[in-house]
Amino acid sequence: MTSVPVEYYLALAGLMFAVGTVGVLVRRNAIVIFMFIELMLNAVNLLFVTFARMHGNLDGQVLVFFVLVVAAAEVTVGLAIIVSIFRRRASADVDDVNLLKW
Amino acid sequence: MTPFNVPPIHLSGIAPEITLMIAAFAVLFIGVFTNDRFNHVVQPLVATIGFGIAIYWAVVSWGIARTAELQLSNMVALDRFAIFAKVVLAAFGVLTVWTARDHLSTHHLRDFEFYALVLFCVSGMMLMAASADLIVMFIALETFSIALYVMVGYRRDELAGQESAMKYFLLGAFSSAFFLLGIALVYGATGSTNLYGTPGHPGILSFLTGSSALDVGLLLLGMAFLIVGLGFKIAAVPFHMWTPDAYQGAPSPVTGFMASATKLAAFAAILRLFDVAMYSLRWDWRPYLIGLAIASMVIGSVVALVQEDVKRILAYSSIAHAGFVLTGVIAANDAGVSSSLFYLATYGLTILGAFAVVAAIGGRGERRVRLADYRGLYHESPLLAGAMTLFLLSLAGVPITAGFVGKLVVFIAAIQAGYWWLVVVALAMSAVAAFFYIRIIVVMYMSERLEPLPEGGGPAPVVLGAAGRAVVGVTALATIFFGLIWGPLIGLAGHATLFAG
Repeated sequence: MTSVPVEYYLALAGLMFAVGTVGVLVRRNAIVIFMFIELMLNAVNLLFVTFARMHGNLDGQVLVFFVLVVAAAEVTVGLAIIVSIFRRRASADVDDVNLLKW
Repeated sequence: MTPFNVPPIHLSGIAPEITLMIAAFAVLFIGVFTNDRFNHVVQPLVATIGFGIAIYWAVVSWGIARTAELQLSNMVALDRFAIFAKVVLAAFGVLTVWTARDHLSTHHLRDFEFYALVLFCVSGMMLMAASADLIVMFIALETFSIALYVMVGYRRDELAGQESAMKYFLLGAFSSAFFLLGIALVYGATGSTNLYGTPGHPGILSFLTGSSALDVGLLLLGMAFLIVGLGFKIAAVPFHMWTPDAYQGAPSPVTGFMASATKLAAFAAILRLFDVAMYSLRWDWRPYLIGLAIASMVIGSVVALVQEDVKRILAYSSIAHAGFVLTGVIAANDAGVSSSLFYLATYGLTILGAFAVVAAIGGRGERRVRLADYRGLYHESPLLAGAMTLFLLSLAGVPITAGFVGKLVVFIAAIQAGYWWLVVVALAMSAVAAFFYIRIIVVMYMSERLEPLPEGGGPAPVVLGAAGRAVVGVTALATIFFGLIWGPLIGLAGHATLFAG
């Protein structure tokens, strides 16, 4: 039985990260932007696991847990900020948030 | 079955961080069980005592750190570089707490949660300065970033505060994804996230100094992404887009804290990462950092010229200052490291003082922050105008202020490393920058005072409480003191070039 080559995982992770980056740049809803950031983090997680497998040590797999915890903490604060804006403006569109310029 | 060996656990390396965490929980615990009036009096003291004990722990380990060592399975470095950064960060924390005290009571905001956030934040920043492993660096970065997102939006009913918190949060999370990608690629290239390596597991440093099989392309790509992530935190162009908005919308004490402490923590990570761990790759990372430095100095100084909001002017000036400190990092010698630390310490004190003045003049809701609102400040409050003048002159780098000495030592370090042309650019940009600092001074002294409107509008009177006066006084004295007697601090910073590993 042949296993899937490492390069495939790397390509998938790279694609996920690229999709996440483009999504952050083109989408206008704060929550959707935030979901794309999560996609980027998960692309990196896949990268960590792949490299851990490649190098045969566990550092990368352990790191994934740290990333998951940090992402959860970030969601807590981020959603609180977005909700407080939504309460005030009834919109989570980042184009509406334009008080501060230049 | 192989026995499980418990690694030796020494907590001396992270004693200041643990102290601050305990102090933060103490603040939260006391706050829940007492009323606001009691909190307002006691909690800043609790936070200050926490910072004091943290400084004590850091100072007593200064002697031990003569032989710089790694602790907790080589995850944390106990060296004089980290100790210097920790003491300065704790000092910034104390000044922030006392600046914020008046500001929060003016806005009728509950304050003990804010002090807990400052304590958590500084704890993460200290860990960032001491981290010897990319995992620890990432955790520390997120610890202080998440606390900062909340602090930026602390006046949560105001539209500007909400907006700056959201911008800072979304871009901050975006940039930490790039930082994390950088860690992943470096790990992929070297098989380790540790800078120095553990027994039996070579770290990044040993990979670079040895000539073992190494995927250099992957490593360089990872390094570039690490620069993106950290460049965001130091507010270097082109990763500076969030800076003016976040600085303008955040409460002024928080802005001062971001400009001083966040910069120091992120630069500490940059210095350890590039000037120590990746020193042998310096010909690869220097072009990137030179690009960032020149872009930051030029854009920061030039765009500040056309700003009308004092907080935005100081935000663009902080971008330019990131460029000046980067010249010290690019030098990548001992003088570069010690001068960068001196620069960051004195710049931090000055900018904290400047934002304490901005907070006092801003008044409730921070409505008085435009340049026009500073007209004739001298006639209204000569001492405040004098202090602000001193801070602005120091930021501009005029002699007998700390800012002048900071610029001088950084530029000397860069010239020693052969980057005289970078120093020429920096000098030209300092001259441009001097223009907008002096513009504020001219407005304060040479314009007529704004008269209150008959219907009760017009400028609100400047209110500065005892704590605010103490902060402005201390930072003003420090700005003069380090401008006249810079020897001792530079000497300490010189000792701080002793890295672990």
